Amino acid sequence: MAQYQNIFTRVQVRGPIYAGTPMEARSAFSRTTTPGFSHLFGRLGDAQVGPIYLGMSGIASLICGFIAFEIIGLNMWASVNWDPVQFVRQLPWLALEPPAPAYGLHIPPLAQGGWWIMAGFFLTASILLWWTRVYLRARALGLGSHTAWAFAAAIWLYLVLGFIRPLLMGSWAEAVPFGIFPHLDWTAAFSLRYGNLFYNPFHMLSIVFLYGSTLLFAMHGATILATSRYGAERELEQIADRGTAFERGGLFWRWTMGFCATAESIHRWAWWFAVLCPLTGGIGILLSGTAVDNWFIWGQHHGLVPVYPPSWGKVLDPSTLPGAPR
Amino acid sequence: MSDPIKSGILYGTALVGIAAGTLFGVTTLLGMNRPPIVSVQRGFRGTGMDQLYTPATLAALQVQARVPRSLPPASPAGVKAAVAYKNVQVLRNLSVGQFTRLMVSITTWVAPKQGCSYCHNVANMAWDGLYTKVVARRMIQMTQNINGNWQSHVQNVGVTCYTCHGGNPVPKNIWFNNPGPESATGIAETQTGMAHPTAVLNESSLPYDPFTPFLEHAVSIREQGTTALPSGNTASIKETEWTYALMIHFSQSLGVNCTYCHNTRAFGDWSQSSPARVNAWYGIRMVRDINNAYLDSLQGVFPVYRKGQLGDSPKVNCATCHQGIYKPLYGVSMLKTFPELAKPYVEEAKVEAPVPAVTPVPGVAPSPTEKPLPVVPDNTTPHDSTPH
Repeated sequence: MAQYQNIFTRVQVRGPIYAGTPMEARSAFSRTTTPGFSHLFGRLGDAQVGPIYLGMSGIASLICGFIAFEIIGLNMWASVNWDPVQFVRQLPWLALEPPAPAYGLHIPPLAQGGWWIMAGFFLTASILLWWTRVYLRARALGLGSHTAWAFAAAIWLYLVLGFIRPLLMGSWAEAVPFGIFPHLDWTAAFSLRYGNLFYNPFHMLSIVFLYGSTLLFAMHGATILATSRYGAERELEQIADRGTAFERGGLFWRWTMGFCATAESIHRWAWWFAVLCPLTGGIGILLSGTAVDNWFIWGQHHGLVPVYPPSWGKVLDPSTLPGAPR
Repeated sequence: MSDPIKSGILYGTALVGIAAGTLFGVTTLLGMNRPPIVSVQRGFRGTGMDQLYTPATLAALQVQARVPRSLPPASPAGVKAAVAYKNVQVLRNLSVGQFTRLMVSITTWVAPKQGCSYCHNVANMAWDGLYTKVVARRMIQMTQNINGNWQSHVQNVGVTCYTCHGGNPVPKNIWFNNPGPESATGIAETQTGMAHPTAVLNESSLPYDPFTPFLEHAVSIREQGTTALPSGNTASIKETEWTYALMIHFSQSLGVNCTYCHNTRAFGDWSQSSPARVNAWYGIRMVRDINNAYLDSLQGVFPVYRKGQLGDSPKVNCATCHQGIYKPLYGVSMLKTFPELAKPYVEEAKVEAPVPAVTPVPGVAPSPTEKPLPVVPDNTTPHDSTPH
């Protein structure tokens, strides 16, 4: 018998095209595009594509996102003198940088960081509008708002990096540049400036939840796949009945480690791990420079740092010696 | 899979994907160091203070660092060069034998193909009309200054012309004030001083000219906080990126990891650093001295084709001497056989003033005021707000 397995499926799941539940009456927008089927999508998940609901917030979000994308891209292109070949070759290196420290929180000329502020404004607007859309669609379907709040956790980290912390530091220059390598260089420089982020306990927590999320995801995904031969993907009947795939999955973990989550609680575990990763990370970033200036020295004061025997004689800062050259 | 067109598209996409993936993998592999990689532990175990080397790279550097044989020493007795020859300003107290030996050696170190006539009018050896002769005289003074006054960096090993020149009239690794790649003008944000692939900085997108602020001017390099809680350090992340770029240059120039000098868990902490960091600290000051007092002072002497885009003198950085090796020429001291270069020439009862012994070429007097302004762009200029 043919089996239905996502990603590596040999069976295309195709029912009659289904438009979904009826729209609420007062909505000014309706679902657009004619739904159809895609073989490729059917290999990855459900074969039906569309209809999609964009709505006011969705359209506004796409427009804002497009503006931000254009500002960033055109500035990058200008930085290689509008050369299309160099634009493609250097793309990972190119950047739209925030204003210089001298501008503080003032609005600089466009070429001195004004474009960065504008791109940041439109990107933020785009993200917040998309958040609204996620919230409204969940409500329209009678769902809880868990997805929206999980997304909000990521937005928190984004806002801390690009808006809240720069505000507290009194300088847009503290924010992240737009660019592939440049934002990574910024990250490394951030850690260097604030004395090694690995000694920041909130950074530690963020890493715990980041790696913890992958671990939980692997455990949960593996459990569901391993029990799918008993129909684990059909959750409704599974939860109530005895001897089902879900109960076997639970028993597997109970026998393995003495404890098992339930079909519902495993998703709470996963949700909280994922959400806490950017929440704690954002706190760690927010405290750097505002409350703590050197996390390594802070760690020394709080017993976080092991002391190693010296490998050389005493090494002194030569600038502190009398008569040192400047 | 009944539709042949759809499955054709699918398998076509898969094939292109596999080809692209393979290409990406191969180029990534080719960009990596060839194994084996030898690791040398320097710091306490577990701190990661190791140096990584590949034998293939080391073998190439060994060849590059071969030291030419020195001529047998000449007797200091006999007529002094100042008496025997005209217009000898720096090497005045050498004997004629010592003087000739040094001149012949300089020819093999700097202009082996061009010979004496690279600097001299062979019909009138004393003539200062060739810019190369004026530069060479200043470079001899520079070498004596390095060996005599910067032992904090070069120690007793010292340097000779060969350390940087290595048989080339112009050393392989020099730099100029860098106005950056060509970019559009107008309202676009283009001159940020960073975000272009930079070969001398390991192809990073960090600030592409960290040399002008740090190795020509004396902008503060230290950005990291020195207290647990904020205490007035206003250094920004942008400024840290400039320091970061300079440090990548150090690493590239010496063929070492960050951990050659630093314990990377606390980059700024001197008590956890290796003694090499102290040496590097003096090296920075030495390079500034070389660039300011010697190379920038020759700005009016160098012809246009030897100068940078902004009309500035060629300048030195760590790579000029080190050339990828932690100790130039692997620590072989050529100075031992050329003690004439060991310290600045001081005439009896008359200390040589710091006035450069440059004989100006008529009409192009070296003028420090003509020196181009630093080219660090406004947008990301590191400022000197932190304690030095």
